[in-house]
Amino acid sequence: MALIEMNGIRKSYAMGGQRVDALRQVDLAIESNEYVAIVGSSGSGKSTLMHIIGCLDTPSAGNYRLNGQDVEQLGEIELASIRNREVGFVFQSFNLLARADALRNVMQPLIYRGVGFGARRRMALAALAQVGLSDRAEHRPNQLSGGQRQRVAIARALVASPSILLADEPTGNLDALATEQVMALFDALHAQGHTVIVVTHEAEIAAHCQRVIELVDGRARSGSG
Amino acid sequence: MFATVEGARSAWESIVAHALRSFLTTLGIAIGVASVVAVIGLMQGMQASIAAQFEGLGGNSLSIAAFTPVEDRLKGKVARLTPDDLDRIAERVDGIASITPLLSLPLQAMAEMRHGTQVAFAAIQGTTHTYQQVYNAYVQSGRFLSPTDDQRRRRVCVLGEKTRENLGLEDPIGAYVEMGGEWLKVVRIMESRGELFGISQDDYALLPYSTLRSMNDPLADTDIAIQVAIAEGADRTAVKARITQLLRHGHGLQPGEPDDFDIQSPEQISAAFGQIGTALTAVVASIVGISLVVGGIGIMNIMLVSVVERTREIGILKALGATRRQILMQFLIEALALAVLGGAVGLAVGFGLAAAVTALVPSLPPAAVPLWAVALSLGFSGLVGVAFGILPASQAANLHPIEALRYE
Repeated sequence: MALIEMNGIRKSYAMGGQRVDALRQVDLAIESNEYVAIVGSSGSGKSTLMHIIGCLDTPSAGNYRLNGQDVEQLGEIELASIRNREVGFVFQSFNLLARADALRNVMQPLIYRGVGFGARRRMALAALAQVGLSDRAEHRPNQLSGGQRQRVAIARALVASPSILLADEPTGNLDALATEQVMALFDALHAQGHTVIVVTHEAEIAAHCQRVIELVDGRARSGSG
Repeated sequence: MFATVEGARSAWESIVAHALRSFLTTLGIAIGVASVVAVIGLMQGMQASIAAQFEGLGGNSLSIAAFTPVEDRLKGKVARLTPDDLDRIAERVDGIASITPLLSLPLQAMAEMRHGTQVAFAAIQGTTHTYQQVYNAYVQSGRFLSPTDDQRRRRVCVLGEKTRENLGLEDPIGAYVEMGGEWLKVVRIMESRGELFGISQDDYALLPYSTLRSMNDPLADTDIAIQVAIAEGADRTAVKARITQLLRHGHGLQPGEPDDFDIQSPEQISAAFGQIGTALTAVVASIVGISLVVGGIGIMNIMLVSVVERTREIGILKALGATRRQILMQFLIEALALAVLGGAVGLAVGFGLAAAVTALVPSLPPAAVPLWAVALSLGFSGLVGVAFGILPASQAANLHPIEALRYE
């Protein structure tokens, strides 16, 4: 059984009284420990697909099974729980909590799992060590470089040991060196057995992955890497 | 429990992050609570001091005074208690430990007293040796009025501490003071009773009852008040009923006619003061309640701004797996914390204010903030926080994660 199974996924929005289909017909399957790039031009619906995979949004039609669970049946609380346990998000704009230092940022998802403070701290420090930022634990996001911020975000995505790491243009705001470091980190995480999905429009980034899924006009075309 | 602790933690972080804004937000509540606490503290202090004053009237006593209904007064009738009434009660009522007449000067309560060149006005009352038992009044120096003072109409007097001071009597016992053309020998100075509402309770002179009567125009109708101390073990209600019966009979009142006298116990008087105090406290509390509501609206306003400002943060938290309920709790606890913080600040300021007022105005009794006022003001602040935090918190909780994440 695949980790992610999508059949006939459609997502439409009402925009100015008109129905706009962001996704028309997406069928795809992603196995555990795959390293997949979802590519497509802007407006191809790749962000929408990522939101649906990450359970930030629900499809208008079609069937989505994550880890064997029928997602479109789930309520708000179950979706939040899936986001917390199954998905680790990495965003283009980092989306760190500005007020909290790196450690607090990484500890945050564990709160929603009911992990106590001491255990939370230990797990977060381990995740920061994994991304090589042990010495930056007390720094706030504005005291970190872009590459460091993204690595904090990756640590935060990792800390809850999710089934999928879901990265949306993770290098979009980074310079070449930082891009290199972040992608090396994703490669390493994949090598350790993590399932990594990267949404990107850059061919060099997609080249790191084993498999590329191309979105064209709201439809998925799966190739192999 | 876990959610509450985490909510409190993040609320605290957010309050500290915007320290100045948080302070200004809570100011409304703080001012409201401060004024409640200060006012209640002053009122309660005053009530406690009034209660203490009435304690001095003797715990188990009755005050009997003539009472003229308004219609009768308009007809020119004036009710009186006479020395005959005094004798009647003294002789024919059981269960009385002591009975004391209080005779005032006709038409005036105060009279001029002189000692050398010093002139003082003091409240003059004629009474007997039993005054001491009835009023729990104690000697500072010298002796009190004796039964023979009364029998022989001796020209002696007992002075209050304040009157002694006003007359400039350094060595009062045995000194002579002049009043209404008579010379009175000072036999005693009474212990100080302090002040009530800024009025000294020690500015008075006591004369033997018969002395004062003889100094008055003997033909003038005498009106006295009678103070009765009830014997231990005697039933006050029964004594009161017996006195009522005697006086009605003595005054020739027909059944159905109202009493032309009034019998009060100290509890009644102190209860009346208590009621005034309670009513005042309630009025002030409700006015201040309004200011707390205004403070609550301030909190709601800032929380709404804060929710908009933190839209993206809320989106992030939702992406990390926060449920609607967890976000709701976080913001609700933040509002609650702001309000209770304001309440706590107000409590401290209110205590300080009450203490400062009593320190600056010496005639005021020390303020006493009761525990219920502390609990009430903190509880009400919390209630305001929750009531006005619900709208912003539910707005935060209901944000769609994607729209919140896209918010710039």
